[in-house]
Amino acid sequence: MKIKIVVGTALLGLILFHQVSAQQPVPSTHKNGTSYPSRFGFGRLATTAEIALWDIDVRPDGKGLPAGQGDVLKGKVIYTSKCMACHGNNDTDLSKIKLPAPVLVSDTLAKSRPKAIGNYWPYATTLFDYIRRTMPYNQPGSLTDNEVYSITAYLLYANKIIKQNQLLNAKTLPGIVMPAKKLFIMDDRKGGPEVR
Amino acid sequence: MKAQKKDKQVIKSNKISRRTLLGGMVAAAVLPVNSIFAKHVQTGPHIAPEPPEDPTKTIGPGPSAQGKRSTFEHPVRKFSETSSRSPLQDFHSTITPSDLHYERHHAGVPAIDPQKYELLIHGMVERPMKFTLAELKRFPAVSRICFLECAGNFRGGKEELTPQEILGLTSQSEWTGVMLSTLFREVGADPKALWFLAEGSDAAVMTRSVPVKKAWDDAMIVYAQNGEAIRPEQGYPVRLLLPGWEGNMNIKWLRRIELSDEPYMTREETSKYTYPVKDRIRMFSFEMDARSIITFPSYPQKIMPGWVEIRGIAWSGRGKIEKVEVSTDAGKTWQDARLQDPVLSKAHTYFRHLWQWDGSPTEILSRAVDETGYVQPTLRQLAEARGTAMGGYHMNPITSWQIKTDGSTLFKPE
Ligand code: HEC
Repeated sequence: MKIKIVVGTALLGLILFHQVSAQQPVPSTHKNGTSYPSRFGFGRLATTAEIALWDIDVRPDGKGLPAGQGDVLKGKVIYTSKCMACHGNNDTDLSKIKLPAPVLVSDTLAKSRPKAIGNYWPYATTLFDYIRRTMPYNQPGSLTDNEVYSITAYLLYANKIIKQNQLLNAKTLPGIVMPAKKLFIMDDRKGGPEVR
Repeated sequence: MKAQKKDKQVIKSNKISRRTLLGGMVAAAVLPVNSIFAKHVQTGPHIAPEPPEDPTKTIGPGPSAQGKRSTFEHPVRKFSETSSRSPLQDFHSTITPSDLHYERHHAGVPAIDPQKYELLIHGMVERPMKFTLAELKRFPAVSRICFLECAGNFRGGKEELTPQEILGLTSQSEWTGVMLSTLFREVGADPKALWFLAEGSDAAVMTRSVPVKKAWDDAMIVYAQNGEAIRPEQGYPVRLLLPGWEGNMNIKWLRRIELSDEPYMTREETSKYTYPVKDRIRMFSFEMDARSIITFPSYPQKIMPGWVEIRGIAWSGRGKIEKVEVSTDAGKTWQDARLQDPVLSKAHTYFRHLWQWDGSPTEILSRAVDETGYVQPTLRQLAEARGTAMGGYHMNPITSWQIKTDGSTLFKPE
């Protein structure tokens, strides 16, 4: 089933959506969709401030990255005090230590273990997004944007992806190419007898 | 009126007055009733009252505010720090009792006040909007039975494993809510939007990117599970439901949806829920591949020679189960099992197969075929297609049980 991508006026778009949704092979409980009014009038407009409060996501193209910046050395200090207890000291061999959290540093060779940022993460922006939304695990969402830039810089440096003197900000972060990016493929299986 | 008032007194004092119960009836008959009631009331919910020798000779406890399982039945989830598994071997049909639905969350179960709950839909829309729970409930509602399954659902490695331990990260409910397409029309979704981000309000602030076409197909915003409000572990008060798609994407405690022209590449769709396929890493495996498991007989159950009804469940994220084949001779020959009607799309389907066991050791297995013609593969087939370093996601191999001469059943690890 294909969704037509329509460039046109918003109204035209709405009408077409109407038709598209009517064509879908949806559960029978949904087949009376065409008799719906175009809007019910429930809910209310969200304010810009309300959206800004929750809109914390960051895309690979950098959309969503906040102002501010960070560097590797500051990042290492924060890592040591706020992350190391769970994620380990990246200067020592972690393979024999049982940590309460995943290892964050790997070689940049795709074959090496453990799978971590350097050999498995396809986008550097994901690191910023994830750390800002949920780390440190015991105090989620407690870091400032500058702190997150700095820790991201330190982790990229520890994974041999950036140089020690590189500053990270909304301009530089999206430009970083991760070694593992070329390995990723989209699942294109569509069912049918073939096992893949 | 008088009687009602007395009933209240009974509850308050936890004592049964023989006048309340039987009025002017024969006093001799009252005594046993009295003692059974007293026992029931005083023992509390966790200690099973001794059942009477003959239940036809004593009156049992009366109605109550909330039902409980028989004190003889103890189905439980098996849980670790990050997940809990449904006791598949204890189920006789396909709706999972809500309190036994599997769980997987990344930062615990948040407590959310339904009065304060709001869902934000913004991004590539004409009107960014917020909806309260009450407003979501005003939209035309739809109910749908479908399974949920964690993409990491498969454990092996030893013989002493129950269906719950092997495959317990799947459950099925009847979900009720509003079609996401209804809400997308309400906010005026931009036809150029190709993806949407769904975000939870747990401490993981869980996020996944979902193709917009799923919203126009069958995605739902649900607030009820098996007729009542969703359980906290399943996303109370509101979760996203993407029938047939990997569990993690069905964002629980949903607070925000943002429409976009590209995916966000969140941690859960890059670092997690991706898996090696030969020398590449496959991402965005949304549909759960067809699979099945025999839940009876299974470890640690024992069977006796003679008639045995083999039972189990099969499901596919791509549509209906077309058939389930069962082998009782270690995969040499296969026979079609009977499917329990109605066979629903993207839903656990119960199968049964009558077998006469002659007492000799053998292996029994099942394989699911879905409406796209996909046949559940063996582990070897999967390894051939993907390489041996497949990882643990989207693994759906045929599982076999060994039947020993004494009738005991053991999982067959491969
Ligand atoms: C209390 C222990 C704890 C602390 C402290 C902690 N983390 Fe974590 N972290 C975890 C756990 C547990 C996970 C895995 C969570 C999951 O899988 O849902 C994790 C996951 C991560 C991941 C994702 C790893 C991957 O391979 O997907 C990153 C990145 C991360 N943490 C960064 C940090 C940073 C940066 C800090 C310090 C600011 C930090 N963590 C502090 C426990 C901790």
